[in-house]
Amino acid sequence: GSPYSTDEAPNSFEDITTYNNYYEFGYDKADPAAYAGKLKTDPWSVTVDGLVDNPGTYSLADLIAGQPIEERIYRFRCVEAWSMIVPWQGLQLSGLLQKLGVKPEAKYVAFETVVRPDEMPGITGGMIDWPYREGLRLDEAMHPLTILATGLYGKPMPNQNGAPIRLVVPWKYGFKSIKAIVRISLVAEQPVTTWNTLAANEYGFYANVNPEVDHPRWSQASERRIGGGLFAGRIDTLKFNGYGDQVASLYAGQDLTKDY
Amino acid sequence: MINTLNQTARRIPAYTIYIAGIALAAWTIYAALATPDPAKVLERDLGTRGLQILIATLCITPLRWYGVNLLKFRRALGLMGFMFITLHFLTWMLLDLALRWSEILTDLTKRPFIIVGFLAFVALIPLAVTSNNAMIKRLGATRWKRLHWLAYPATLAGAVHFVMIGKVYTLESALYFLAVAGLLIARRLKSRKKAPQPA
Repeated sequence: GSPYSTDEAPNSFEDITTYNNYYEFGYDKADPAAYAGKLKTDPWSVTVDGLVDNPGTYSLADLIAGQPIEERIYRFRCVEAWSMIVPWQGLQLSGLLQKLGVKPEAKYVAFETVVRPDEMPGITGGMIDWPYREGLRLDEAMHPLTILATGLYGKPMPNQNGAPIRLVVPWKYGFKSIKAIVRISLVAEQPVTTWNTLAANEYGFYANVNPEVDHPRWSQASERRIGGGLFAGRIDTLKFNGYGDQVASLYAGQDLTKDY
Repeated sequence: MINTLNQTARRIPAYTIYIAGIALAAWTIYAALATPDPAKVLERDLGTRGLQILIATLCITPLRWYGVNLLKFRRALGLMGFMFITLHFLTWMLLDLALRWSEILTDLTKRPFIIVGFLAFVALIPLAVTSNNAMIKRLGATRWKRLHWLAYPATLAGAVHFVMIGKVYTLESALYFLAVAGLLIARRLKSRKKAPQPA
């Protein structure tokens, strides 16, 4: 296995695929499993634009051609204080960005999720300005832990988990790991992101897992590990979700209580 | 139609509400156990059901203005609402936060939505304790009624708590809040109308 994988036991396929936050399909965590089947993920194309040498609209196969896919078993920590262990399959975002040719002026990568109201019943109404948007600083995007996942448990990515291709940034809260990506933009300024727009005091741009910085409405000091049943209790949350050895240096000199 | 409703209600004993309430609580627990995050789902569903039952309890009086008499169910409904809210509170403390006291105390002192919800729960306790004939007799009807007016602010606080938990405002949470606020306003207007007019 990959040296980046945890040796903790993965959650069951059922837990991973029936407990999802994916508001395009509804607010309830069971909604994505119930409704995401309608989303057509083949053919799929991704637009690459901005400060990049090879912009264009690529078919998914062309986009990821030549990029090695490997298994990464990662801890996944939701901002709502629950967590799972997920065996993803994916490619390092750094490899793709190198292939696309990042211009030196680019400082951030912005991502957008597909918007198809006919196939995504959660999109009608509501108060979110679709598409769902997320972004990373370029050094975060280039970090070897950051992957674009195309599958889990050795199977193609289930729709409710972000098929056909999604971001996974294991040291950040789950909402950073944007699903069903249709646009990748290399930009100079920090991009606008969905949850940060909805409630900037609750969801920062960085969103690094941090037990020392509470969400205004709940503690981030601990988490419920999914799969343990009614009496599982909680475990302590680790700074950077336990990936501090590998990523803490990215934030040297930053005040993480301000850059939350 | 109102007559049929009243006649049916007369034939149903009030204890049916206790049986139904306990059965609903058992079902809520059973359904939560089948989900990946049972403690959280149980906590949420017990709270939602509790709020719904408390709102139903507050509807008994306005229904009487329109000739629907379900008064004999009100105590049982209120107590079942209290039972759900108590179980909701215990689930939060014992199963969700799993007795991590420092986090529980921080929540209870620092987080407005927890404080509002906790105050709602605390306000329901004297109502539950006095929901029996002996206490009505001891307090006297006037004082008892004045005390039980607390059901309105307590339920309103519960609805506010519900609105505040959401990561986004939903139609559902807004409806609970509007329902309780509407009932409270209706009650105030009615009691003002009933007040003796100056000569």
